[in-house]
Amino acid sequence: MAKFDNPDDIKIIVATDCGSTTTKAILIEYVNGEYRQTTRGEAPTTVEAPFEDVTMGVLNAVGELEELSGRKILDENGKFISPARGDVGTDVYISTSSAGGGLQMMVAGVVRSMTAESAERAALGAGAIVMDVIASNDKRLPHQQIERIRHLRPDMILLSGGIDGGTTTHVVELAELVAAADPRPRLGSSYKLPIIYAGNKNATGEVKKVLEDKVDLRVVDNLRPVLERENLGPAREEIHELFMEHVMAQAPGYKKLMDWADAPIMPTPGAVGLIIQTIARQYGIEAVGVDIGGATTDVFSVFRPGDEPVFNRTVSANLGMSYSISNVFAEATLPMVMRWVPFIMDERDLRNRVKNKMIRPTTIPQSMEELIFEQAIAREALRLAFVQHKNFATVLKGVQQQRTIADAFEQSASGKTIVNMMTLDMLIGSGGVLSHAPRRQQSALMMIDAFLPEGITRLAVDSIFMMPQLGVLTEVQPKAATEVFEKDCLIHLGTCIAPSGQSKKGGPVMKYTIDLPSGQVSGTLNHLEMKKFELGIGDDSLPIKAKARFEPERNFDLGAGPGRPVEKEIHGGVVGIILDGRGRPFDLSSLSETERVSHLVSWAEELNIYPEGALKQ
Amino acid sequence: MGHAYTPGLKVTDQMVIKKQRILPLKGDVVVKVGDHVEPETVVARTHLPGQVVPINVANKLGVPPEDLELVMTKKPGDRIKEGEEIALSVSLWIFKSRCAATIDGTIESVSTVTGQVLQRGNPTPVEVKAYVKGEVTEVIPNEGVVVTCIGSFVQGIFGIGGETSGPIMMATSDNATVLDEGMIQDNMKGKIIVGGSMVTAAALKKAIKTGVRGIVTGGFDDKDLRDFLGYDIGVAITGSEEIGVTLVVTEGFGTIDMAQKTFSLLHRHEGELACINGATQIRAGVIRPEVVIPLKTEQVEKAEVEDKVLGLQIGSPIRVIRHPHFGKLGAVTDLPAPLHKLESESKARILEVEFADGSRSIVPRANVEMIED
Repeated sequence: MAKFDNPDDIKIIVATDCGSTTTKAILIEYVNGEYRQTTRGEAPTTVEAPFEDVTMGVLNAVGELEELSGRKILDENGKFISPARGDVGTDVYISTSSAGGGLQMMVAGVVRSMTAESAERAALGAGAIVMDVIASNDKRLPHQQIERIRHLRPDMILLSGGIDGGTTTHVVELAELVAAADPRPRLGSSYKLPIIYAGNKNATGEVKKVLEDKVDLRVVDNLRPVLERENLGPAREEIHELFMEHVMAQAPGYKKLMDWADAPIMPTPGAVGLIIQTIARQYGIEAVGVDIGGATTDVFSVFRPGDEPVFNRTVSANLGMSYSISNVFAEATLPMVMRWVPFIMDERDLRNRVKNKMIRPTTIPQSMEELIFEQAIAREALRLAFVQHKNFATVLKGVQQQRTIADAFEQSASGKTIVNMMTLDMLIGSGGVLSHAPRRQQSALMMIDAFLPEGITRLAVDSIFMMPQLGVLTEVQPKAATEVFEKDCLIHLGTCIAPSGQSKKGGPVMKYTIDLPSGQVSGTLNHLEMKKFELGIGDDSLPIKAKARFEPERNFDLGAGPGRPVEKEIHGGVVGIILDGRGRPFDLSSLSETERVSHLVSWAEELNIYPEGALKQ
Repeated sequence: MGHAYTPGLKVTDQMVIKKQRILPLKGDVVVKVGDHVEPETVVARTHLPGQVVPINVANKLGVPPEDLELVMTKKPGDRIKEGEEIALSVSLWIFKSRCAATIDGTIESVSTVTGQVLQRGNPTPVEVKAYVKGEVTEVIPNEGVVVTCIGSFVQGIFGIGGETSGPIMMATSDNATVLDEGMIQDNMKGKIIVGGSMVTAAALKKAIKTGVRGIVTGGFDDKDLRDFLGYDIGVAITGSEEIGVTLVVTEGFGTIDMAQKTFSLLHRHEGELACINGATQIRAGVIRPEVVIPLKTEQVEKAEVEDKVLGLQIGSPIRVIRHPHFGKLGAVTDLPAPLHKLESESKARILEVEFADGSRSIVPRANVEMIED
């Protein structure tokens, strides 16, 4: 394949994502001075028997691209033609993969809330599923920890512990536990389990002595060299390296796929994390991305608690809309799900419905009642996944804070979350229930209800889950990645304007004036009221912008402080501008039963969530 | 059945059933190819390495870790008994402190860095049984065997509890009757009993008390399941529950008639041995619960019945597996190709169905499963 010194010479890009069931291919072309995703194709993934060769699915998906686009991409031998000339070939080919169960890791550290948590962050950020976190103080007895390590069969282990120059005993003890467990890799018994050591550098010698003969030990820089700072880069790079070397190499057909690809194959969630970080960096924004699947929900975020943007990813392993739907129901509890439903349903019947969806995960809601109920469960799955994310995305724990007298009145402990809904600029949803909701308004309201954004927040959904391919593309041609992301990947829903604060008596929350293309609108938003205004997408596929002025009441804040006005250019989208006067924090359960139902109906009507009369049946 | 959750579970009178019986770790296979085995026959055995229990001897004796080897009275590999001395330190020639083993087993390792001594417990024996009555057709050296039989096979949709076997006994007279407490009799002890459209929680409890080995039923109520287990099953990965009975649900949650074909098949084999397993895993590599009825030689029809693999066609009998028509049976009357907008406004491929009562409706194809007459 051709290599390009200048990324701008890359005009044609083929990218695939090999998922556990479907392999998705996209074609990106440089047309009229911009990169656009022009064609997509998909085919079943062929990792498992009887095919056992991932490249077959890739060729089929790319074959569909060829048919739909008219571009000849593969030669007679099924090889990529490169570089592109006219209607033939592609300049680069890249891919991500989550087939075969993705990357499954186990991490270990000395203190659960310090080095072990940093190790967990490194593994999650690299796109891994963290099967368990072992820590010296995780309250399990050593023999229980050993049993656990032996029982789980991870693809690799990340071992950390201690700051550089600190005490070595604990981390060596951990290494001894791992050695005693004699863990075996998940795939293939012919190779030794890879273990990355990223702990106290002074303990490296001892750790080597304990582990070197039993496992494939790799040593990288300490991921927590001092308490105040994480250094996750080297560990993450080594994880990606080993993912290619061991995990991918064991999966059928991947050696060939790695040969074809012009950039290293990345675990799918790792690539999604990359594109979100790139976008956040490029536009200087704070962003949250969520991908709600059948079994799991991934949350990605970039916030700026200080000068530097901080990236976090969490995986809620058992929160999903089909395989795990019953678990969402169990964790959220029935009343929390039912608060989003404006009619009464029988509990016994509901429980059976949820379980029937779990055992037959491919069924779809036929009736409006079923759709409303399923979207209610989705709200709770998203809410719970985000709670887990907020608890994980924190400032470093264990760091001594310098406090001034002003801080003495604040209860901010070390380890508080860095997720700040007021400063969040963009919320991106992905996954069937959000990307394929019959009406886009439903996706917008589900995200608002679950995440409760504060201030001014843009909302978008990923149209066809293109984020993984774009993530790898950032490594090859970042401009193409961000252009396609903005114009083809995202379906811009609009902007939510939600003042934070509460009102006991109701009444006005804020005054608003918005200069819409159709003319200026102004008025007052009352407590527990929602309003929607049309502000769409322009001919350039980007959201139309409008100047707006908001004057919150004195107990409400829109980001500038309580009662302070905010003037800002706001972005439209296929849904438009949503004014949310429900206040924050907002808890639907605090309303009486009649109030709750009447508000749910009025919000649905204002936002045109369901067809007319659907809620009256 | 890699795609068992796509519509249509297997229910067949006769097929070749192969069961791989593998040890969790390498060990000894104790049968050979050609051996006839019963469900309870042990086919392979091994020993799982014992638990590792660390003990910080350096701390206990107050010696620096680097001096540990000087005070150890047992070396790595030595056998130990609980309470037996493994280290002894003498200070000022007369003050002795001892450290004793906390388990029976061997010394695994001694660390002069951490001061830790790892003790390894005695290995635990593990046996794998044949599970089905049949013939050993393959031996995988040191790992296990393949047991093969010709039998009737019923795949369920959800189950709890592990492998068991016993003679089949019908507990209800038809496929639509609810199996309640009053129908559980003392003579059902050791049997695999078959119910109709559901089994009540009270019946399940009485069955356990009576010593029933397994229950095969059309439906089961989720609320009863939760009350019974004491927790809600969040993710469908089951089989390891130890509740004293194995439950195989053939159709789904709620009251739902057992498919007539399944009920008749089980009825025909009343009194014969059935091997059942409730283990369910609804993820990639799906596992469904099952009922295997090994056939006697004289029962085996000469010509192997070929599996008919037909897609949905006009006239295909189906069952709706989601609301609003959940559980209804009917026949396909039309399969229009274009996407159809449902009441929920989702666009999906649909089919037209005529239900048993003559009424017609439109249902997404994803929400039906094929059944056999």
